[in-house]
Amino acid sequence: MSDEPVRSIRTPVALDYRYTPGLAASRFLRAVADGRLIGQRCPACGRVYIPPRGSCPTDGVPTEEEVELADTGVITTFCVVNVPFAGHAIEMPYVAASIVLDGADISFQHLVQGVPADRVRIGMRVRAVWRPREEWGPTLENIRHFEPVEAQP
Amino acid sequence: MSDVLSAPHRLEYPYRRSVGPVLGRFLAGLRDGRFEGIRARDGRVIVPPQEHDPVTAEPLDEWVPVGPGGVVVSWAWIADPLSNQPLDRPFAWALVRLDGADTALLHAVDAVHPDAMRTGMRVAVRWRGERVGDIRDVECFVPEPA
Repeated sequence: MSDEPVRSIRTPVALDYRYTPGLAASRFLRAVADGRLIGQRCPACGRVYIPPRGSCPTDGVPTEEEVELADTGVITTFCVVNVPFAGHAIEMPYVAASIVLDGADISFQHLVQGVPADRVRIGMRVRAVWRPREEWGPTLENIRHFEPVEAQP
Repeated sequence: MSDVLSAPHRLEYPYRRSVGPVLGRFLAGLRDGRFEGIRARDGRVIVPPQEHDPVTAEPLDEWVPVGPGGVVVSWAWIADPLSNQPLDRPFAWALVRLDGADTALLHAVDAVHPDAMRTGMRVAVRWRGERVGDIRDVECFVPEPA
């Protein structure tokens, strides 16, 4: 029996959801499970959205044309994170970046690794580093992170 | 639509809350398998204990052993327990006034059927085997054999 004083108690609060991404993002995630990145093009403005949401936020029209995108792109902004969070074994500091894939007109967020955090730059070209194929599922976590396309000076 | 994906998603805040010296001693008592209350200025024994007198706001420090049995002063039947509740089968939430106490403690009573519950019934504590200093060290209360 412990003699340690009791100073605190765990009082976690949890909300359990059933998340459904909708039709367009479901198609996107199924393609990701197959190692492909599928965007959708707006028939009015021509912009390509990834992940697709099924409609264009500017024109309000359905986006039915699918476009396969490369797994390379450009960092448009980034954040160096020095605070670890529970449940994720990731090396500190790490970089969360907005990345516009080649052929896309909107960015999405992912990790950038394989380069010291203080060497990450806006405009840096990066490519996806995929997990082993047998680990793939309908999730963007199939991409372990992005890394610079070329060795940085 | 069968081609739409769906997945469970848990949003959880892993709070840890400090309990202060008085509740800390009460919880350490639970870890040792005993209940302690604290005596208020008017002589009443308060369980769970408070740091300050509910009337005069003076600090309280006279500890009084209470329980381990008690009396149900109010209860509500839970027919469909939720996953984070103390028991995974139907049970009663009850206000239990432990022997020697003047206030009641909220906890679960493991009764098989609401017919087994009544206000004024006696209950005994069922301690958890492995205790850490938490209200869940009390697994539940159980009806005392008549």
